[in-house]
Amino acid sequence: MIKTMEKTDIKSSVNEIRKDFPILNRKVNGRPLVYFDNAATSQKPSSVINEMRRYFEEYNANVHRVGHALGQEASLAYEQAREKIALFMNAKSSKEIIFTANATESVNLVAWTWGRDNIKENDEIIVSIMEHHSNFICWQQLAKEKKAILKIVDITDSYELDMQQFEQMLSDKTKLVAITSMSNVLGTINPVKKIAELTHKYGAKILVDASQSVVQMKTDVQDFDCDWLVFTGHKICGPTGIGVLYGKYDILKEMPPFMMGGGMITTVSIADSEWEMPPQRFEAGTPRISEAIGLGIAIDYINNLGVDNIRAYEEELTSYMIKQLLEIEGLTIYGPLDMEKRGATIAFSIKGIHPHDLGTLLDELGIAIRIGHHCAMPLHQRLAVDKTMRASLYFYNTFEEIDYFIQSLKKSVKIFQKFL
Amino acid sequence: MIKLQSIDQIQDEIIEEFEEFSDWEEKYSYLIEQGVELPKIDANCKVKDNLVMGCQSQVWLIPDYDKKNQVMLFKADSDSMIVKGLISLLLRMYSEQKPEDILSTELYVFEQIGLKGHLSPSRANGLSAMIRDIKKFSFAFNNNSNN
Repeated sequence: MIKTMEKTDIKSSVNEIRKDFPILNRKVNGRPLVYFDNAATSQKPSSVINEMRRYFEEYNANVHRVGHALGQEASLAYEQAREKIALFMNAKSSKEIIFTANATESVNLVAWTWGRDNIKENDEIIVSIMEHHSNFICWQQLAKEKKAILKIVDITDSYELDMQQFEQMLSDKTKLVAITSMSNVLGTINPVKKIAELTHKYGAKILVDASQSVVQMKTDVQDFDCDWLVFTGHKICGPTGIGVLYGKYDILKEMPPFMMGGGMITTVSIADSEWEMPPQRFEAGTPRISEAIGLGIAIDYINNLGVDNIRAYEEELTSYMIKQLLEIEGLTIYGPLDMEKRGATIAFSIKGIHPHDLGTLLDELGIAIRIGHHCAMPLHQRLAVDKTMRASLYFYNTFEEIDYFIQSLKKSVKIFQKFL
Repeated sequence: MIKLQSIDQIQDEIIEEFEEFSDWEEKYSYLIEQGVELPKIDANCKVKDNLVMGCQSQVWLIPDYDKKNQVMLFKADSDSMIVKGLISLLLRMYSEQKPEDILSTELYVFEQIGLKGHLSPSRANGLSAMIRDIKKFSFAFNNNSNN
């Protein structure tokens, strides 16, 4: 396993890092896998896979309700994972960390508890046009239910959030701003801290969807001063089925439960029930124990590399890739070209060629990219394209893989262009 | 019009054609070329009712039944070049064939020409959805013509 990294060490250690990810050894259609679909899900290091296996082989038990040794070990590991996540995002306390199934469930939890209690007729909810459906549909439907108004911040010509329009949208009617810290299509980084500051001026709350940025940039909930922040575990080297909801404790305390059942009550009588304090209040039923433990190990892995080192290396990779993509005739990149304003997700299209056609040929060559609307249909409508191709890079990707990708893309384009 | 060759004979013919290609580039170039040569369908046929459900690229399939010859007739189109190529192979096999023959013949051609992956239901191009619809229409016309 890779040793703790000094600054910008990833470039020289990437071959060592790759050894931590068994799947990167496999072949697809007889060729080495080039995995550029990291915005959809990341691959998992052996340390995560092994610890989840060890949990089932050595200390599998239910948590928080059994006094025996296995139960105590499992509870300890589960709560340690919560602590690690709290530290990772600089929460004031691990009580502010709630385990959910994924980012979608985290957003739903806030919408159908705090949202249902606090959003009233004619109140305004602001989202951006670049939101993933998971941070869009809930608010759209809540607004419909409450006869509230959903306002949508547009993007500028350089694919950045239109901050001027956002500031104009804010008013005393604004109750909530729900915004992504990094677009899963454009790669755009949004100025979350500034957005939170402006939002709070009007007494509104802010929820940040950090699913894309959490492994690419420092997440500091106290610095951002956001009221909630959500992310999913599987995009940060953790397993599927585990997500995180951070909330300021004072706000969480006032929120009613989202789901009801075992583990979230203090007393239950025939007539009524009383709720536990957060986070237990929001973790009804047997929680996702192995997944939480796996996510904790994934956080260890990321901490070991250092988010700043990851960001520096991925910036280099992204810049290298964009430069070569722009040389391809008829290719459009949907996203900022300024590296400081973007992450490692690159959406593009090529004039006259169906994205699925290119995706099919790249797959033949062992390259995994995503084709479609990437769960961001409103954004694609705004861009006036049906579908885009999306290549998303990660710290285990290499410059050689990018060379192979570009070469394969050019070769594929040539095949189609003969018939255009 | 009725095809003189059986579906299996056409499958074998396609397999023979693809055997000539040594690499994936030649194979896909040939497939795309077949799609490009497919007769165009009228713009007014490209409507929602004719869309094949379950394809991520748009595929229009228009079935008809030639009562005189008792055969199925298919026209189809797509906005994807690869899918059009796959369509051209399907139409070559299935159009102008008797519905009972379409229903009773097993497809082995895609496996043999190394395009089996396209048959996976999760695959974006929806080849399996097209085959499903072709069989569905053949079943319906077969029942009608027997009644």
